Amino acid sequence: MKKYFPLIAFVLAAALPFAGFSTYVLHILILVLMWTTIGMSWNLLGGYCGQVSFGHAAYFGVGAYTAGILYSKLGASPWWGILLSIVIVGIFAFILGFIVLRLRGPFFALATLASGEIMRITAENLVDFTGGSLGIMIQERTWVGKTWYYYIILVITAASFFLVKKLIESKLGYYFVAIREDQDAAESLGINTTLYKTLALCISGALTGIAGAFYTNYMGYIDPHVVFALHDISIITIMIVMVGGVATFWGPFVGAIIMVFLAEFIRSIPGLGTAHQTLFGILLIVIIIFLPNGIVGDFRKFKRLLGMGRTSP
Amino acid sequence: MSLLSIKKVSMFFGGLAAISDVSFEIRKGEILGLIGPNGAGKTTMFNVVNGFYKPTKGEVFFNDRKISGLRPHQICKLGIARTFQVVKPLQRMSVLDNVIASAFLRKKSRVQAEEVAMETIGFTGLIDDRNVISKSLPLGKRKKLEIARALATQPELLLLDESFAGLNPHELDESIGIIRRIKERGITIMIIEHHMKVIMSISDRIVVLNYGEKIAEGTPHEIAHNPLVVEAYLGEEKSA
Repeated sequence: MKKYFPLIAFVLAAALPFAGFSTYVLHILILVLMWTTIGMSWNLLGGYCGQVSFGHAAYFGVGAYTAGILYSKLGASPWWGILLSIVIVGIFAFILGFIVLRLRGPFFALATLASGEIMRITAENLVDFTGGSLGIMIQERTWVGKTWYYYIILVITAASFFLVKKLIESKLGYYFVAIREDQDAAESLGINTTLYKTLALCISGALTGIAGAFYTNYMGYIDPHVVFALHDISIITIMIVMVGGVATFWGPFVGAIIMVFLAEFIRSIPGLGTAHQTLFGILLIVIIIFLPNGIVGDFRKFKRLLGMGRTSP
Repeated sequence: MSLLSIKKVSMFFGGLAAISDVSFEIRKGEILGLIGPNGAGKTTMFNVVNGFYKPTKGEVFFNDRKISGLRPHQICKLGIARTFQVVKPLQRMSVLDNVIASAFLRKKSRVQAEEVAMETIGFTGLIDDRNVISKSLPLGKRKKLEIARALATQPELLLLDESFAGLNPHELDESIGIIRRIKERGITIMIIEHHMKVIMSISDRIVVLNYGEKIAEGTPHEIAHNPLVVEAYLGEEKSA
């Protein structure tokens, strides 16, 4: 039964557009799936391999700009950006990894944080190439409705889920977790820690890049402040995984649902303005104190907190 | 025939010589004990052989191939595995997963790796604990897990860093049995140990370090009667 759970979830998700939802609800679902993909890719690097990145906006943004520049400079369909971003972001992550993966723990986190900001400032200033702060506008949209966008991101998310699951259950997964638990021990067990950390970063970056390229196609407009945003991309990515469950398959999905719906709900409260950031902060503190492994990771505890299930463990 | 030869190795940390000009050989199939007072440079020697440190001077050869300067994972691939004095289990993984992770060095598929891991876990007597998260293992079993993990990489030479420290007498007997059986499998062992009775009974030969220098080498009997060694351990007899 458990084995078929991903398949059931996929079929259910594929049937959703037939339920006659409004465009707005469909938009929310598209965002949930996009964030699930980003969350899963972060989880591969941060959750399983233990390399906590505060700069996934760098990969998201490079993916988004791959699609954008392909359109604005070469006149090609930005959909090709989804394929091309795998290569471009993969190479970008490799080069970046060469620098930042020499650092461990908090130093790595800080270096990734800086890398995201560096990319934002670079994109702002390479006006001839990126259009600077004016951004890139996709003039002709492929579809007016949202159904096809929904199916495309659903396929991307499902493929990412499948890829991450296969990787984690293979030798690579064991090596990633070994590196997370103890890098020196892993190295002395014959694990080329540099190689496997780079691999984790490249795969994670490329998946996030695909989501970025999709974003360009879907939203039709990108600028450096949006796609290289520190708190709106990098930090939200971490929050999604933290809330859902670090190093779990379903954590990013659950986290994305909660975060996207929460963001929409809070935004609908009048007079709150940008205070939604504060609420996210409070949520993160609550999660860290009561459910350090996230909702999926600490599911039993979560049920107990809600007064469901038996009180005795 | 020598499996590992350490040739005039020195290791400096700043101005401090942790090892100075030490040479010795390990013969195929033997158990070599490496002993010495605290701070003699035993663990540093392991770190040099294992590749964590690149020796300041001198070279290390394994199967006539120079290994000093290689990275630890490359040295492990060539057939040298080690355990740590301060145990380093992969904490949030089960015992079985810990050993599977290291078995993947020689096995490509998950099924084969698990086979090797199960065999190794059985060999080291951890079979009942295979699904325990290694964080919650008691010290004695963690030490065994260290050995199991090193063995699962299918080494030719095994470096054991104080695998007996902190064990109770019963665990001690078990571990000695395990070491003897590892030797019967044809795996060469270099062992650091403070427990004199153990080291004297299982070692074929012993090398003694003191202040980073080799002060003696020989059979347990020779070492026990070597005045330099006695002096290093018990202190110099004060002459009037």
